Parts: sequence; C-alpha cells; structure tokens
Amino acid sequence: MSDTALLTLEGVYTNIAQYHILQGVDLVVPRGGVTMLLGRNGVGKTTTLRSIIGHWRAHQGRILFDGQDITKLATPAIARLGIGFVPEDMGIFADLTVEENMVLAAVSGPIHSARLDWIFTAFPPLKTFWKSHAGNLSGGQKQMLSIARAMVEERKLYLIDEPTKGLAPAIISTMAKALKDLKDQGSSVLLVEQNFAVAKALGDSANVMDDGRMIWSGEMAELGRDAALQERLMGLSMEAH
Amino acid sequence: MSAAPEHAPTMAQATLAERIGPFMPVLLVPLLALAGFVAIMNPASWLTLTVSGLAMGMMIFLMASGLTLVFGLMDVINFGHGAFVSVGAFVGITVLMGLGHLTEAPSLMLNLGAVLLAVIGAMLATGAMGWAFEKIIVAPVYGHHLKQILVTMGGLIVVEQLIIVLWGPEEIYFNRPEALKGAITFAGAAIEKYRLVAVVVGLAVFAAMRWVLRRTKIGLIVRAGVENGEMVEALGYRLKLVFVGVFIAGSALAGLGGVMWALYQEVITAHMGNHAMILIFIVVIIGGLGSVEGCFIGALLVGLMQNYIAFIEPKAALISNIALMVTILMWRPMGMIPVVKAK
Repeated sequence: MSDTALLTLEGVYTNIAQYHILQGVDLVVPRGGVTMLLGRNGVGKTTTLRSIIGHWRAHQGRILFDGQDITKLATPAIARLGIGFVPEDMGIFADLTVEENMVLAAVSGPIHSARLDWIFTAFPPLKTFWKSHAGNLSGGQKQMLSIARAMVEERKLYLIDEPTKGLAPAIISTMAKALKDLKDQGSSVLLVEQNFAVAKALGDSANVMDDGRMIWSGEMAELGRDAALQERLMGLSMEAH
Repeated sequence: MSAAPEHAPTMAQATLAERIGPFMPVLLVPLLALAGFVAIMNPASWLTLTVSGLAMGMMIFLMASGLTLVFGLMDVINFGHGAFVSVGAFVGITVLMGLGHLTEAPSLMLNLGAVLLAVIGAMLATGAMGWAFEKIIVAPVYGHHLKQILVTMGGLIVVEQLIIVLWGPEEIYFNRPEALKGAITFAGAAIEKYRLVAVVVGLAVFAAMRWVLRRTKIGLIVRAGVENGEMVEALGYRLKLVFVGVFIAGSALAGLGGVMWALYQEVITAHMGNHAMILIFIVVIIGGLGSVEGCFIGALLVGLMQNYIAFIEPKAALISNIALMVTILMWRPMGMIPVVKAK
C-alpha cells in the first residue's frame, strides 16, 4: 500500500446468498480528491461501498483503511474510524426531524455551529425545514439531508452512492457544488455516479467496474476525453446521457 | 406546432377525514369512552368501568411496551416475554409478603414503600433475566423468525417450570397492602384505590418512556434503529449493544407490569404471563409493531373495551378484544401508528 493511499481493496470477493457479486476487486482511493467508481448497473459498485462499510462481509481479500485492516471489523467500528456513508437509498430516518437526523449523525458530540452554517449555505432547504419530519421532505431535500448528515462531522473518507439519481437538474447542481466544496476542503471522496457531467466535473481519478471486477483505473480527465474508451468500458459513450 | 392547452392547476382542499386522520388513533380512546357512556347510560357505573378499564390498559401497556420495542428494533418475535411477567409477579409478591410489617401498617407511605421495594426487586430480577435470555436464547436466532418463535416459546415453558420448582404448583393468594384496599366514592361511583395507583404508575412510565425516546440521544438511536438499523450502525452506533439495553429495560418493565397485574388480581400463578400474552400481542399488533405510542393507545382501548363489554354483555367479553383487533386491522392493516421500516 502506498503512503498516499487512504483506502485500498485487495482482491475483494463478496457473496450475497448464492450470488458472487464482487470477484476480486482491486481499488485504491488516494488521500484528498474525488475518486469515481463507474460502471453499468449491476456490476457491483454499490456492493463495493457496502463491503467497505461492513454491511456485507468480504469473503476473501483485504480492505485497508488508513493503514488498518478493516475487513473483519463491524460496521460501527469502521464508521468510527472516520468514514461517512451516503447510501443509494439515502437512508434518512423519516420519522425523525431534520434536526434529529443531524444530531444523530454527530457521533462525537454537539454539532459545531460553523459546520452547521456551512451545511446551511450548501443546502438552504435544510435550515427551512429544520424542525420538520424528514419523511415530509421532497426527494431532492432528502438527498441533501443524507449528504449533510455525512458532512456534519469531519470524516477522513466519504462513501457516496449515486447522490444525483432521479433528481432535477437544479438540485443536481446544488449537489455538485456541495461535493465540490467538500473536495476543495481536501476531503477524500469515493463517489459512485451515473451522471457523466457531474463525474467529469468532480472526479480526479476514475475506476470502472464490470462483472464484479475492476476493469480500468486511471485519470477521470483521460476517460472523459476518450469516447471510444467509454464505449469499450461501459458499452456506450457517457456523453450520450 | 399546436398551442399548449390551457392549464390552471388548483390545490385540492384536504377533506376533513384527511385532516383528522393522523389524530384518529388518539381520538379513538375518548370516542370509545363516549360510546361506552351512551351504551351504559349510568354515569356512576360508567365512571367505575372507565377507571377500571384505564387501569387495566396501563398495566397491559407496562407489560407490552418492551415487546413492541424489541420487535421494532431487532425484528425479534419474543413469545417468551410472558415469562418476565410471571417472574416479576413472583419475585415482587415474595418481597411484598416478606414485608408484612410494612404492608399491614395503616400508613399509605409505608404501604407504598413496600410496593416500591417489591417493584425494584422484580425489575432487578427480570432485568437480569432479560440479559441472560437475550444472550442464551435470542442471540443465536437473530434473523430467523420461525426459530425465534420456537426457542422463545421453549424459554417460556422452561421459566414456568422453574417457577413451579421454586414456588410450587399451587396458585398463591395474597392481600394488597392495607392502604390500597377498598374504594373511594366519587360522583356516586366506587373507584378502587389500587386502580388509581395503576393509572398513575402507567401514565408516569409512559411519560418517562416518551421523554427518553424523544429527548435523549439514546432515544434517538432507538427510534432511528427501529426504522433503519443498518444506517444507525453506519453512523457509528453499536446497535446490538443498544438492543441488549432495550431488551433488559423491556424485561424489567414486564416485571413491573407483572407486579402491578398480580396486585390487581391478588393471585399469582406460573402461567399468568403466558395468559397475559394474548392481550399483549393484541395490543402490540393493533398499536403498530415498534410503536410505543401505538402500544399505549392500543392498551387503553383493550382495557376499556374489555370492561365495557363485560358489563353490557358478559358473554361477548371473550371476543371483544379479538373483534377490536380485527376492526382496527381492517382500518389500518399495519396497526394504528405504524413504524415505517427501511427495506
């Protein structure tokens, strides 16, 4: 593992029931910057994130985070090492208010006011609906809350799964700007994203998966420029999205 | 290109039913009390039955609240919950019988002190038993509902037999402390003193539970865990540890309910918890699995319904609670206040 690597997956295999989803995934997430995880639907991107956070157990291979082997650690222990997780289904607590969702996410104590101000600047609706039940928010506002919850404390790594899925263009640009802020602060982000414009704007490095394996790793800019490479790796040019 | 059609959207006004819908479960209790008043047509009898029904409901709530949280938080169906009711009753009444000088004294404070000691003994015993029950019986079968039903039923049978070994197979009759015997007369209605105590204890426990669940971080974790345990763990909380705590607290509350129930009936048997499980399950189901508020309202409805029907048409009392459950589930199949769980 190189010194610059924050997270490393070495030959990770994950099975869900009788299905062999990950079949030897290798991945390096450097310190700082946004690492994109790309690929068609069903190739194992979400399973990769869930294996890192410990929701699904890697049956073979190693997952190293900040120099520590986390392969067999329980999810809470992994999270407390400094990993914020934004799942694909957002995972908000609908019966809790926006405030309660945020308070719960601040594991180490009360929310710092400067941090909260930053979040309110990035996602103004959260301030408006601070006392409202999260279940009453719109889809875009729920996604804002989901990301804000991860951002409420400083984490070493953010795992974010398709934050722009199904959102209106105006909301997508809000999301992209918040993620850019996170990146500019020097945070490390592993981002699964289907929106190529967002991926190209945010991504520093890119990793493409197919059939449970990593089939290409390189610079995001390089992938963004090469339509033929996109066609070969993902079956279509992402510019066509 | 044709012109866009005229479009003048209007906001639909919510109907009265839509507006009061969220409050309907809460309104059901006064509505049932009102229906009882109309059916009984005797204010004194109605008041007696209402206090009696509320007291019974509070005791069922004490016994059922732990079960609903345990199910909501970890998806565990604990058919052995009644064992905590029985053990609580036996330990509590044993303590109480050992404090004869306090229970027979003509002093309300001394009598309540004796009951308090009995309750503390029962809750400590059932809390410790809950910890062991979770470790030995429940933990190996997480995620397997059928196995949970079988082993927790088995656990209940084992505990019942242990009670018979320790206290004997006979029913044990006893008297309530002196100050809790008899009734007070209010507006022509005779209201048993003990039932008033049960109502106060039930309300106090419900208020305390709501405070913990709504105002503390541990309460937030429990409420969030009921909804989406996986996400709570991803935030860094050890939900398993929280669950063990809830299991212990739920068992201790069942023990408290057992003592209260025993004092209500003035007799204890090894099978009393098992018999109470029917009412407990009805309350948990109609309340909405995992909902403490739903459990509270459900318990009050069951208590009131049982008392009213037993007075109006005694033969129908046996089926009144089943009928109540069927009616509520036809209205709200997930219970009155359903907890929306993440898939």
